[in-house]
Parts: sequence; C-alpha cells; structure tokens
Amino acid sequence: MKNTIRQVFHSPKFLVGFCIFVVILLTIIIYPLINPGNPLQMIGLGTFAKPGTYVSLYDSINTETSTLKLPDADEKRVASALSAEDKVNMVNWFVAAGVSIEGLNVNDTEALIELWKANYDTAVKPSGMTKAMRNYYARLNESINASANSEELTVTEPDESTGEPVEKAKIAKTDYVNVGDVTNVKTLPLGTDNFGRDTLKELVSACGTSIRIGLIAGTVATLIGLLLGLLGGYLGGVVDDIVMFFTNIFTVIPSFVLLILISNSINQDQRGATTVALVIGLTSWVWTARSVRSQVISLRNRDHVNLSRLSGHSLPRIILTDILPYIASYVVMAFILQVSSGILAEAQLSLLGLGPKTTEVPTLGLMMNWAMLYSAHLNGSWWAYFPVILTIAFISFSLNLMNTGLDQVFNPTLRD
Amino acid sequence: MKGYRKYFGKKILWLVITFIAALLLNFILPRLMPGDPVAAMTAKQAKGLSEASAVKAIYDNYAREFGTNKPITEQFFTYVGNLAHGDMGTSFSQYPRKVSDIISDAILWTICLQFPAIIIGWFLGNLLGALAAYIRKGFDKVLMPLTLFFSSIPAFGMAVILLVVFAINLKVAPISGGYGFDMLPNFSWNFVLSVIQHYQLPFWSIVLVSIGGQAVGMRSMSIYELNADYVKYARFLGIKDKKVVGYVFRNAMLPQVTGLALSIGTMVGGALVAEIIFSYPGLGTTIYQGIAMADYPLISGATLIITIMVLIATFVLDIIYGFIDPRVKAAQFE
Repeated sequence: MKNTIRQVFHSPKFLVGFCIFVVILLTIIIYPLINPGNPLQMIGLGTFAKPGTYVSLYDSINTETSTLKLPDADEKRVASALSAEDKVNMVNWFVAAGVSIEGLNVNDTEALIELWKANYDTAVKPSGMTKAMRNYYARLNESINASANSEELTVTEPDESTGEPVEKAKIAKTDYVNVGDVTNVKTLPLGTDNFGRDTLKELVSACGTSIRIGLIAGTVATLIGLLLGLLGGYLGGVVDDIVMFFTNIFTVIPSFVLLILISNSINQDQRGATTVALVIGLTSWVWTARSVRSQVISLRNRDHVNLSRLSGHSLPRIILTDILPYIASYVVMAFILQVSSGILAEAQLSLLGLGPKTTEVPTLGLMMNWAMLYSAHLNGSWWAYFPVILTIAFISFSLNLMNTGLDQVFNPTLRD
Repeated sequence: MKGYRKYFGKKILWLVITFIAALLLNFILPRLMPGDPVAAMTAKQAKGLSEASAVKAIYDNYAREFGTNKPITEQFFTYVGNLAHGDMGTSFSQYPRKVSDIISDAILWTICLQFPAIIIGWFLGNLLGALAAYIRKGFDKVLMPLTLFFSSIPAFGMAVILLVVFAINLKVAPISGGYGFDMLPNFSWNFVLSVIQHYQLPFWSIVLVSIGGQAVGMRSMSIYELNADYVKYARFLGIKDKKVVGYVFRNAMLPQVTGLALSIGTMVGGALVAEIIFSYPGLGTTIYQGIAMADYPLISGATLIITIMVLIATFVLDIIYGFIDPRVKAAQFE
C-alpha cells in the first residue's frame, strides 16, 4: 500500500493534477478566512460592476489632502470626459465647419482637443446642422472647458434647520488623497455579478459547493456501481442477468435525459445542492458497474479466491479481502472521473434552469446560468462568466490529469 | 451469415427493450412528482385568478388532457397509443401548437448540427491521438496536456468563449440563432448562406470539445496495441513499418467505435447545452424554453425524441461495428 502510494506520487502527471487540485482546495478553505462574510450578500446596487478598487467618494472628501501638481492631469481629465461618440461628432463638426482635418487621428485625443479649442466658435452655424445638434456642440464645448479650467469644486451640506446649503469643503484640481487614508476602500478583483454580489467571493464559495456536489455524486455513483458490479460479477446467474439487464438499458439511455426528467420532477423549492448531487449520482453509476463486473468475472476463478471459498470464508470476507484489493485502483480512478463528470453535470443542469435552489448556495453552474440570463457574454462583463469556465476547466483538468497519471502507474504499458 | 443474423437479432432485441424502458421512464418519472402535478400546474397557470370556478375549469381541463383521473396502467396505454399517432400533447408555453410540431421544427437543426460535429470531432480526435501515440517524444509531451486541458473545458464554456471572441470581438460570425432574424426559412441562396454562417460557431465548439476526449482515448489504445506481441513478431518478420502501423491503428480504432457508441449520449447532452448559448433553434433550446415556462408536455416530448435519437445512433454504430470487426463474427460461432 505504502509502496503504491509512493509510486503514484512519482508520476509527474498525477503530481501536477494533485497540486492543482490541492491549490483549489486550499483557496476554498483559506479565502473565506481572509475575506469573511456571506458570499451571497448583495453589496452592489445595479449589475456587473467592473473589477477594480472602489474608493468611497464620501470618505475621500473628509480625508486629508495633499497637493500634487502632475503635468498631464488636465489632459487626462479632458480625454476621459470624451466618449468615442463625442470624438466622432467633433470630427463631424470640423468637416461641417470647413476646418481642415488633414493628418488628424480620431484616437489622438490631445491633438483633437487642441484643434477644437483653436477652431470652435458658438457663433459659427454650419449649414445643414440642426439647432439640437448645435446645442449639443455647445454643451460639449462647455464640458471640455470645464474639465480644463482650474476652478475649484465646492461640496455643500444642507443646514439642519434651514435646509440652506452650507459650504463644507473645497476641492481643488490638484488635491489628492492617499487611498490608504480613506476609511472605506473595497477591492473587487472580479467585480460584481448581476445581483451586485462580490464575484470572487461567490466564485470561491461556488467552487466549494460544486466540488462537494461532485464528491457526493461520485461517492453515490461509485458505491452503487461497485455494489452492482460485485454482486453481478461474483454471484453470476440470475443476479448477473438482472444487473446486466439494467446496466445495458441505462448505458444506452442518455443519463443527461434522465437527469432532466428527474430534476424537473422535483420542485425548485426542494432542490438543494445535496439533492441535485444525489440525483446525479443515481444516474451515473452505469460505467462503474460495467467495468467492475467484467473485472470481477476475470478474478472470480483465480486460485486465491477459490482457496478462500474452499476454506469456508463468508461472501463479504471474500469480496473484501480477495477481490476488492485487486480492483481498488480501478475504482479509485473511476471515482475521480465520476467527481469530474458530476461537477460538469451540475453545471449543465443549472444552465438549463434545473440546478439547485438559487437563494441557498452558489454553485459554478448557477453562476454561469445567471451570467447568461443577464447576457454577461453580450455586454462584455467577462468577469461574470470567464472565471467560472476557467474554474470548471481547471477542476476537471486536475482530476483528469490525476486519472491519467494513475492509469500510467497501474497499466505499465502506457508509461512514457 | 448465421453469425451476423444472431448478432443483429440480439442488437434489435435490445433496441426494442431499451425503447420500451425509455418510454416507461419518460412516462413514470414526471408522474413521480411529489404532490398532484396537475394541481401544481393549475396553480402556476391560474396565478392571479380569484374566481374558484375558473381555477376548477383549468384543473379539470388538465386532468382530462393528462388523464390523471384514470388508473395508471390505463394512462400508460393511452400515452403509448397517442405516441403511435405522433401525438405528444399540446404545449403550454406555445399554446395551441402541438408538441410534435414544435419538435419536428427543431429536430432537423439538432441532427444537422450535432451528428456531423460529433463525427468530425471523433475523426480528428482519433487522428491526433494516433499521431501522439506514434510519434510519442515531444509532440506527445506538449500535445497531451494541452488536449487534456481542452477536453476539460465544458462544451458550453467553449461555446461562450467562441461566441465572445468571434461573434462579439472579431464580428466575423453572427451572435445567435440558426439563420438571420430578418428571414423566414426558405430555399433561397441568401437563406442557405445565412444558415451556414450561423452554423460555424456552434459546430466548432462541439468539434473542439469532442476532439480532446477522443484523442486521449485513442492515444492510450494505440500505445497498448503498439506494445502488443503481434507487433513485435511482425517487426521480427521484417514486415514494413507502414503496414504494421496500419494494422495497429485498425485494431485500436475498433474499441474507439464502441467508445463512440457508448459516449454519444453524453456528447449529445453537452451539445444540447451548447445550443442554448447560441439560441440555436434545436432541441436543446426547446428544452430550455420548456423548462423556463414549466411546459411539461414539451420537456417530456423533447427528452423522448433525444433518447430515441441516441438509441438509433447507438444501434447504427453497433451494426457498423459488427461489419468492420471480424471478431464479432467469429464470436458468434463459439
């Protein structure tokens, strides 16, 4: 046993897969300690806040400021006030007003603004331009000038008794606060999802739930498959016929269809993560049963088994001591694959809308489902779905690698 | 010919048995729902209705349509009898369309998308796996983990990635649907072109995912065969390497055909979910809509059709296998 384990850990493939899996597990355990709290808490109003660090505007006004005179601050400010559409409209104005735009690049904001300041005049009325359009350009001009001039902003607070605005603070353009000094700063490395929940926190928690679902489904499937395979293979006769009958049927009927039918029959309120895991386990035992049975048949008439039988050992004892150890390696490998396909099955079910109840726990499939329902993939919110896909891929990759590694250890012909 | 007849007879018998089992499961599982399904459906449909007689009318209507007021055996035979006439009931969500109409609209899309994709994925995967096994060094070391990683990406994940990269960022393919939203299905050149454009992304997402799994399997199989005694013996005899390799891959292919027959159900399941991402007008999207609208007749009809599709595909593969593997024939004479 000890020797086998040492041999397994010498396989580079197994080791890499194992390490990836352990890193994932450690993240699931450690991250909630660093960042505690309910992963389903909706911290943001509105959908899909971008990843990044969020600084409280309110608190930063009350924070001590220092003056920094950065040379390109004004230019940046003006540039960020202009949308891509504004830039195109500016070029349109130049064309309409007959200003030469030779050599101008729309993306070169600096040159664009320079040209604008030099040429724009409210009095100019290019022919064919509507009044609404002219007003738009006037507003655009104002906002460009406003971001460029050096006035201060005044923060006011309504007076408690009169309701009159009272000046509270003045903010100069050169005022900066140190992010470290601001009381409320929140870093959301993966932004928020459609409900305004911290995506990273949710993802870590979902990863844990999904692995748990995979483990439960894998255990159930392996136990059922092992039991049926052992019984059918060892006892033979009628028992074997019955086992084979059901195994043959369920090999051909797609388990995904059964999953849809069963999950659809359970009300959404009763569909917890564990229930879904059990249902997945109940529909995916066929492979294990088939292979265990065929291996047991080849073992059944080996000498040591016959000897054990002649010695009058009981059936459980023969199975436990004379047969199980020989198929253990195979069962472990099958279990690993079951875990991986269980996680995938949950994700697919959830995408169809048959996953666990949403309000209780997050799962990888549910996160994916909500991201798709809110069109995260169409509106560019990559943080809502891409990390989920990557996580699923890494979990199955690590499990598959472990499986391949084990395969090479136990089947010497496959070794590199 | 006697051996073949026995082999095919057995396969046909199993086809019939599994078909009956599928019918039974499709019939029984939705009826195992805790509580009264008709009451649950009535509650959903009658939301907002306060008049008791209206609710009662809805309940009675459903009870009659599903025949839930009759004994279960009678219900089963009515169900089978209706199916024999191609009647799968009326859809709730697209009332008054028949379920069989909705499914017959969707089924061609699914078949044309999934079967070519699965077969091409299977073929390319086997080619890649065989190459990896034959070349081994370097090629094998780099390609193997990469293929394994690719096969670990779920089909829907691949679908989303392709969609975002090619349809949204590069804008070289349409975002969703089976044909342009401004068209009606017809046989004009424009329509066919639009269908082909919409076909690309769903097709490649299924192909890419199935390549990985097949390649890994084929590689193991080929390595097994390359190390077999008959290969060594053939090499000792001085038979040309090319010829030996030909034999090896033919032998390694056989279990891969069985593998395809056994895994086609899983692949179809994954591909159905990938359809949803593209809103492809196939059975996957139909089931998705059925689930969202609690349309029980539609879900039950669609799952039955998918099961039958998979049963037939497996059966055809079994028959092909019988023809290409001489051992099947030999085994019949034992």
